[in-house]
Amino acid sequence: MKGKPLVSIVSAGMSRFGKREELYGRELFVEAASEAFKRCPNLNPREDIKAAFIGMMGESFEHQGHTGPTALNWIGLLPTQAFRTEGACGSSATAIRCGLFAILSGLADIALVGGVEKMTHRATAEVTEYLAMACDFPFEQWNGLTFPGLFAMVATAHMHKYGTTEEQMALVAVKNHHHGSMNPKAHMQKEVPLEKALSSRVIAWPLKLYDCSLISDGASCLILTKPELAKKFTDTPVHIIGSGQASDTIGLYERKDFTSLKAGKLAGREAYNMAGVNPSDINVAEVHDCFTIAEIVAYEDLGFCRPGKGGRFIEDGQSQIGGKIATCTSGGLKSKGHPVGATGTAQAYEVYLQLTEEAGKRQVGGAEIGLTHNVGGLGATGVVNIYSRE
Amino acid sequence: MADDKPFTIESFYNFVKEKKLMGGKCRSCGKLLVPPKPLCPECFSSDLTWKEIPKNGKLRTYTVIHVAPKQFQAFTPYAVGIVELEDGAQLPGMIRNVTLDKVQVGMQLTVDFDAEQTTHEWPHWPRYYFKPTHPE
Ligand SMILES: [Zn+2]
Repeated sequence: MKGKPLVSIVSAGMSRFGKREELYGRELFVEAASEAFKRCPNLNPREDIKAAFIGMMGESFEHQGHTGPTALNWIGLLPTQAFRTEGACGSSATAIRCGLFAILSGLADIALVGGVEKMTHRATAEVTEYLAMACDFPFEQWNGLTFPGLFAMVATAHMHKYGTTEEQMALVAVKNHHHGSMNPKAHMQKEVPLEKALSSRVIAWPLKLYDCSLISDGASCLILTKPELAKKFTDTPVHIIGSGQASDTIGLYERKDFTSLKAGKLAGREAYNMAGVNPSDINVAEVHDCFTIAEIVAYEDLGFCRPGKGGRFIEDGQSQIGGKIATCTSGGLKSKGHPVGATGTAQAYEVYLQLTEEAGKRQVGGAEIGLTHNVGGLGATGVVNIYSRE
Repeated sequence: MADDKPFTIESFYNFVKEKKLMGGKCRSCGKLLVPPKPLCPECFSSDLTWKEIPKNGKLRTYTVIHVAPKQFQAFTPYAVGIVELEDGAQLPGMIRNVTLDKVQVGMQLTVDFDAEQTTHEWPHWPRYYFKPTHPE
């Protein structure tokens, strides 16, 4: 039986993702928040919102910490209490979790949760260095590992154990760029042919340029309320009916299994149980495709297919729009872009659009149940949420 | 021996200076702690002892880095992997003295040590690395 609503999303907003020259994080956040406020005319933001949780990964990008009050200052929400959440690439999924804690505890009936990151003004080498901070420093970074390098080791292990191929990984890129070509807010709105993806330059073998997500600027947010209040703000609320989060070792080298991201898997199990649904009930999913191999691993960890069959799942077209579980309809981190702190709530934004039938050309017909899967770093943080329309 | 040294990352690298890989071992439950940690995450005991990690092991997974952060750009392309040593401990490290296309999962590797670091900035850690046990 389908679980009961835990909290309701009554509005959502997202800035355009991409290279947003001359705009800083707080200004991008204004774009996301204004959309959410505009969608929800019955909301009086400064009066009604009792707490804000905002994800951001790194101060290094903008020489700016203290994200919570900074963002609220720019969106007119002072003096509301503000919190920054940090879980690397999973930062704003943990903001959603904090929103759940706040609302379910009764301490706040209405909360704004979101995320932001400004990255593209930095040189690639600097971005590489800052992102690596999400991974172990004294052993992994110290020995020359990068973020792509760590996921490349997951890919090598997956290829060795299950025979997954570079072509299957490239197919994830082809699919997500196809989906992204239909998303007017995506960073890269164009198709990428398989040959182009496969022949792109090597970043960290076996991962090539088109196996990697984009370095982007962006912000996103949701307005959460307790379900009893949802109808006051919208006729089409989207409910979070299941949610889970787990942690794993910061270093990949401390794990026995390199072919699965356990925190994401455990978070998924918790969310499915809470929601009372099975993987086969999911119509749309936004999974953490920071690298193409990560999407293949996500299919397996979330039970979309059996362990080792992720390569086949993409090859058979099961994860494209029209397939069994339309995955990363937004274009994913791969094509929509990956402003790390903004990604978790941007995934929820896409599911919100799908479940309210506002996803335009990429709309999945009759989508009723959605899922988001957001991992931080090399899966040291894993968050899964399950959503349902009324 | 040396059980008075704290079970920290700094101690691990002080041992690397002496050309040794050392881990902690919990006296209460027997768990091997690599890297050393001041508290056994299995049974919460802090009754620990140092134990030398064997120098030989096999490669469990690897990558060849082409795009590196600034401090490693001079070495690209280079191989890095995770090695399972003979007692089951795992450590990441560079794989050197090898032709890159000869690197493969399962290959036998042996740890070796760089000459001491000369950098003046934190951290002052020396580096260990891996090389083929049977040279090409
Ligand atoms: Zn113990």
